[in-house]
Amino acid sequence: MSEANTILRLENISLAFGGVKALTNISFDVKEHEIRSIIGPNGAGKSSMLNVINGVYHPQEGTIYFQDKVRHKMDPTQAARQGIARTFQNIALFKGMTVLDNIMTGRNTHMTSNFLMNALWWGPARNEEMKNRKKIEEVIDFLEIQHIRKTPVGKLSYGLQKRVELARALAAEPSLLLLDEPMAGMNVEEKQDMCRFILEVNQQYGVTIILIEHDMGVVMDISDRVVVLDYGKKIGDGLPADLMKNPDVISAYLGTNH
Amino acid sequence: MSIAINHTDTFPKILLHHAKTIPSHPAYREKYLGIWQETTWAQNLVQVSSFTCGLSNLGFTRGMNLAIIGDNRPRLYQAMLAAQCLGGIAVPLYQDAVATEMVHVLNDAQIGFAIVENQEQVDKLLEIKDQVPNLHTIIYEDNKGLADYVDSFLHSFDQIQRSGEVFNVDHPDFFLTEALQTEPTDLSIILYTSGTTGKPKGVSHTHQNFMRAAKEACAFDHLTYKDNILAYLPMAWVGDHLFSYAQAMAAGFTVNCPESKETVMSDLREIGPSYYFAPPRVFEGLLTQVMIRIEDAGYLKRKLFHAAMAHAKKVGTKILDGNFVSLTSRLLYGFYNLTIYGPLRNVLGISRLRVAYTAGEAIGPDLFRFYRSIGVNLKQFYGQTETCAYVCLQPDGQVKYDTVGPAAPGIEIKLADSGEVLVRGISVMAGYYNRPDATIESIDSDGYFHTGDAGVIDHDGHLRIIDRAKDVGKMADGKLFAPKYIENKLKFFPFIKEAVVFGDQRHAVMVFINIDFEAMANWAERRNISFAGYVDLASQAAVYDIIGECIDQVNADLSEDDMLSHAQIARFLILNKELDPDDDELTRTRKVRRGFISEKYAVLVDALYDNKDEQFIEIKVKFEDGRDGQISGNVAIRNAKKIGGLVR
Repeated sequence: MSEANTILRLENISLAFGGVKALTNISFDVKEHEIRSIIGPNGAGKSSMLNVINGVYHPQEGTIYFQDKVRHKMDPTQAARQGIARTFQNIALFKGMTVLDNIMTGRNTHMTSNFLMNALWWGPARNEEMKNRKKIEEVIDFLEIQHIRKTPVGKLSYGLQKRVELARALAAEPSLLLLDEPMAGMNVEEKQDMCRFILEVNQQYGVTIILIEHDMGVVMDISDRVVVLDYGKKIGDGLPADLMKNPDVISAYLGTNH
Repeated sequence: MSIAINHTDTFPKILLHHAKTIPSHPAYREKYLGIWQETTWAQNLVQVSSFTCGLSNLGFTRGMNLAIIGDNRPRLYQAMLAAQCLGGIAVPLYQDAVATEMVHVLNDAQIGFAIVENQEQVDKLLEIKDQVPNLHTIIYEDNKGLADYVDSFLHSFDQIQRSGEVFNVDHPDFFLTEALQTEPTDLSIILYTSGTTGKPKGVSHTHQNFMRAAKEACAFDHLTYKDNILAYLPMAWVGDHLFSYAQAMAAGFTVNCPESKETVMSDLREIGPSYYFAPPRVFEGLLTQVMIRIEDAGYLKRKLFHAAMAHAKKVGTKILDGNFVSLTSRLLYGFYNLTIYGPLRNVLGISRLRVAYTAGEAIGPDLFRFYRSIGVNLKQFYGQTETCAYVCLQPDGQVKYDTVGPAAPGIEIKLADSGEVLVRGISVMAGYYNRPDATIESIDSDGYFHTGDAGVIDHDGHLRIIDRAKDVGKMADGKLFAPKYIENKLKFFPFIKEAVVFGDQRHAVMVFINIDFEAMANWAERRNISFAGYVDLASQAAVYDIIGECIDQVNADLSEDDMLSHAQIARFLILNKELDPDDDELTRTRKVRRGFISEKYAVLVDALYDNKDEQFIEIKVKFEDGRDGQISGNVAIRNAKKIGGLVR
């Protein structure tokens, strides 16, 4: 892949909360259409890294280039408008709303008609909703969740909720998708399904994915490149197979063989 | 609308007919992207003709077989029809079978072309392709996930249809010529039997087999093109082929395909079909859901519901059958219909239902009467793969819960000396595919198909199926002995979990009962009867009393039956151990192994026939952790009441 294909570049990022250094001088890049995984022990700064990327946290030092432009301070709404969508480690859905309505919120950035028209479901607002609904139905079809379309999210199993969260992120038609532990707490079958969906999103729609995941088997299988963090520092970066041999990575995360 | 008979004697010809007479009426509805998308008969013709031409481009010609694997999708039904338009034969397979199970059928039917629904099915065929030497072309309906599959023998449905469209432009007469060439005596379909006895056999039917059966069945229930059906049972099953394909084609009614397996129940409510089939367990599931929810309802609603149900039980079936019912009862039924039955039918998704059928296994009388009493015209039919599922149908107004009705129009039935049901008529198959030996075995020189079921025909000419013919025996005096029939009657009582009936070559019928512990314990608790456990409860006198009442009721039922009144139960006992597959007493599918049980419990069988009142027995049991144990104790034996003039 050539340099022109880089979609996101992070240079010397440091983030601290008071005296706690969450991230120290971290640099890496993400190329278009790849699955880039971030791994590391608990508290290594993985989720902080995602939060920096989609604008929840603002690093004290360093520069972020997104689609070849330097990114200055911005909030998550702006990140969403630019095509960055994400899922959360602890599911962040509207539990009382149906699956359909939850996914619809993912289309928020694609809606232009004003509040009044939407309330009256009139004119352009109506056409817009129909267009958005079609897009959502495609996502529902893709993730095979037709049977729970009208079910309130709170009634669903954990695995299905995770899938709905992915659906909401996909509904935004992102160019960069951040997945924070999409497979945590899932059984083997649900994990297999989720892997299949992630790979298809990546291959069929060409979405670039940054993935945080603890299941090493999954990470090694589906990632193109992996970044390893430990105590806020980058200790490895490269192809999955190479990292498996890196002694620092092994002792920090995979466990040392004695 | 008049149907010129000779122009509608094959499926391709009837497609042309409908496209001309009801072009804008929907042939198919499929829920896609959350919306029911319609395909009219005119569109259906265009799509089928394109696919037919595309299939022909690939080299599919007269006499070839096309395998079809997938859920009920309009395009798979269209592919079925396309194969028939080219003079080919459709071979639907069970879509949930694992790959290795498909090998036999694919090879037996010499499959070269297969059309499948999606990636899942493509993967299955790729897995076994080496073992199926003839298979050279696979067409898939849904592209999802298949973008990276580059094998040259894989084609998408769209691609084939497009190539057909192009071909159609250059050869405008090709499709019509091919479709009109089809003859009623051509084979149209091969349906494989489930193969519970040996390898599955291909049952081949001609166009006229299914077409005539379908037309008669539609006329029988006054089905027209305005009707609606939900196609959700496997395409490889004869029932689906009759209801969702042959009858839909014959009458021109709309076939609705659910969005996915999981959405069938909600799709049922959205569509509200007018014609419906479901096996008894589906009806039972629906009823259970309602009953559970009504128990959670408020006091007033609950009381009203139960009052309405009690009234329905009293007069509902009579009203449905057009019998005399007093005016006040009718008015009250009308009131409940507005307030309870109507909304209930709506919740169940059956408010527009005109005709519903059930078959496949024995349906409990209470369950059957429940649906009929709230105004659902639920009926039973009888038939098998070899007879297009068309042998007996219950006519409106003559519905009995324990028969399957008289012979359907165009069908003759008679009973062999052994009690086996023999069938002759329009729906009997052409033969087993490539198995002339098996065909000769099952169809005799007079053209009667031997069903393998034992039955009796009652006064009104209604057939009642009592058992598989090979399970039916004779009593010592040479009269009919049908153990499973009696066992099923017993098992309809909630307190009886299993029953084992003895009487083959004996002078009297005896029975072992296994109580349903949960139901019985609940009953006992409500009456303050204390018990220590299963063994204790099974030996309680009060339990014997209530089981005795059930048995008396079965005897009363049997006494009304000329053919079986001699087979009333003489004596019974309640086993102190639950019959269990782990102890080899039941098969894994919970069928009783009568021979094994009569040996293992020989002392009890002897005690029954020796008129003893009590018998001591020691039984070996296997615990769930694999250890062996022993149960011992006295088992009481009671006499049952004989009804009618027969003496023991």
